[in-house]
Amino acid sequence: MRIEIVNGHIIDPKNKLDQQGSLYIADGKIVGIMQAPDGFSADTSLNAQGHIVCPGFVDLSARLREPGQSHKATMKSETKAAASAGFTSLCIPPDTNPAMDSPAIVELIEDKAEKCGYPHIYPIAALTQKLAGTELSAMHALKKAGCIAVSNVHHALQNLLVLRRAMEYAATYDLLLIYCPQEASLSNNGCAHEGAMASRYGLPGIPVAAETIALMQCIELIEQTGCRVHFRGLSCARSVDLIAKAKTTGLPVTADVAMHQLHLTDADMRPYDSHYHVIPPLRNIHDRDALLAGIKNGTIDSICSDHQPHDVDAKLGAFPETEPGISTLETVLPLMLRLVAQKTLTLTQGIAKLSSEPARILGMNTGHLALNNVADMCIFNTSEHWQINAETWQSRGQNTPFWQETMQGKVVHTIQAGKIIYSAKN
Amino acid sequence: MPAIENLQLNAQGKLRHFLSIEGLNSDLLTEILDTAESFADASEQNIKKFPLLRGKTIVNLFFENSTRTRATFELAATRLSADVLSMNIATSATSKGESLLDTIRNMEAMQVDMFVVRHSLSGAAHFIAQHTAPHINVINAGDGQHEHPTQAMLDMFTIRRVKKQFAGLRIAIVGDILHSRVARSQILALNMLGAEEIRVIAPKSLLPAQVEDLGVSVYYDLKAGLKNIDVIIMLRLQKERMNSAFLPSESEFFKCFGLSDEKLKIANKDAIVMHPGPINRGVEIASSVADGPQSVILQQVSNGIAVRMAVLTMTMNGNRGAE
Repeated sequence: MRIEIVNGHIIDPKNKLDQQGSLYIADGKIVGIMQAPDGFSADTSLNAQGHIVCPGFVDLSARLREPGQSHKATMKSETKAAASAGFTSLCIPPDTNPAMDSPAIVELIEDKAEKCGYPHIYPIAALTQKLAGTELSAMHALKKAGCIAVSNVHHALQNLLVLRRAMEYAATYDLLLIYCPQEASLSNNGCAHEGAMASRYGLPGIPVAAETIALMQCIELIEQTGCRVHFRGLSCARSVDLIAKAKTTGLPVTADVAMHQLHLTDADMRPYDSHYHVIPPLRNIHDRDALLAGIKNGTIDSICSDHQPHDVDAKLGAFPETEPGISTLETVLPLMLRLVAQKTLTLTQGIAKLSSEPARILGMNTGHLALNNVADMCIFNTSEHWQINAETWQSRGQNTPFWQETMQGKVVHTIQAGKIIYSAKN
Repeated sequence: MPAIENLQLNAQGKLRHFLSIEGLNSDLLTEILDTAESFADASEQNIKKFPLLRGKTIVNLFFENSTRTRATFELAATRLSADVLSMNIATSATSKGESLLDTIRNMEAMQVDMFVVRHSLSGAAHFIAQHTAPHINVINAGDGQHEHPTQAMLDMFTIRRVKKQFAGLRIAIVGDILHSRVARSQILALNMLGAEEIRVIAPKSLLPAQVEDLGVSVYYDLKAGLKNIDVIIMLRLQKERMNSAFLPSESEFFKCFGLSDEKLKIANKDAIVMHPGPINRGVEIASSVADGPQSVILQQVSNGIAVRMAVLTMTMNGNRGAE
């Protein structure tokens, strides 16, 4: 399949490309930038006039709910949603059921991804067996099977010794640890930011210290073990400070924030609306502003979807008993454009936070548009207004606090490995 | 701070659910108190039964144990001639894995008119009101650490009976504010009714984050906090708080935050002592104070019936207005 994308506004942050022009794709790869290779004739020509052409988005945490929770969503439904939202690479957290702690499960997921016509799925291995926090998983075998990193997500580790050993072992094979900082004894089954809002509505609170203490402990162990660590999902101002400090001392750390944390605070929560139930919790405006500053100055490397589609029942109940998480893939692009509109980021920076930066964190040669690179890209417009509703929404999970809001900016085409995996209807 | 979705009022601004003090106003609170007053007067003249809710079925859905609240709700309903079914769900359906919504749907299918709900999770009553059939009224009899609005109203009733008005009153709420839904409702109601000052007195481990935002002043010292106080509300201290390290011991708590005769003397001479019950003698309150002349604890219990009768009738009428 040979594709030409003509007359688009090409933005490739990593290669510092920001100009009007055309791209040429053959055999899954980029074969021409601005200029067609000799004798190139396209099977398909995409007119990108008035659109942005950029690297496809890379996501560090998207739950596709298979295996084990196909009542919430399926790989088919969620990869379709991802394609429609411009994502060309998805990392799958290990809290599948069963947990991603054996090569057999990794293979199952990879097979399914092929069948869904969405091959760029990157499983993250469980750090401990069954994510139980006591015994290490077979990290070496899992890496060989295709896992791109290791993580225990929000499942607690038995103690710091387990974390230390796991980090030492991961470092042996140069595996990236994706660490979700949350000290379980301090978060103590909380469901909202410990602050005025939680106090008023009697919701068990999660203090900022639950995150910062876990973060500090892990940073100390990086110092000792040399393990590369990516901190997933920061939520508070103090965490941004701690990451900045760790970076100035030269430690191998990176960090991300979920897109919704850059837009919502606990003051935006409609009391008892379970669509705002998310872990880490939405914190206060001061924290949100610090996260925005961290994204702007580069302390926070990338922005993640933290996609968590749920079935209706998961969100139907008294707030504390509902399952946390937001279905987010499809709001990432318009919410990134809001950051551009409010001048937190330039469009180039916004694209980098969603493509080249997460790719760099993972050590993958993707997320940019170099010659001979795999042709993963996204073509979007910045102007189209669309409403989030059952007709426009692709994910099986309709659990978003932005439901029925009007968004601006929409993906027109998504190309993965040289194949058009999504085209907007009109 | 965003306000809770107001499901409580009908188009005419009358009560149809009673879920929280938040979302109401001083006129409505006063109407509840006045209505309760008429029921209390009648019962003092030995008229105990009214035909106001004849033919109505009220279901007490108690997902959490309670003696006092449930008993007074049952009595209130019976005195209004309603049929009452009390379900102790803490030990039945939900322990078999039935969801809150399924339990409600099943009850609805039995053609009931009103749910009185107590639940261990904050927001449960609100959730039920959101999802129940429109002709059914929902009354919150305590949800998690959120609100317990009928308890707060019977406390307001008791205060008004003794003190006549709220303007100028200084009230101290003492003890486990963090876990207390009663305190949250009381603070809201007292502020709405125009009390002069509300103080909370507790160790930091029993105060919620940013408690001042609720509209109170904070004291960590009982003696300092009781100066110039007209109404002292003692809260129950749950014994399990010791095990989860909120406090070192009952005796230390009593020494610092328990109300003894000696400390009571610091408050104004005519101060009244209240407690939502059940009391832990010698933990938050000395027996001599609980049984002493300034205590109105038992009046609170009897007032509970009149206030709950008022709330039951008003919400049921509010529904009629909506039809």
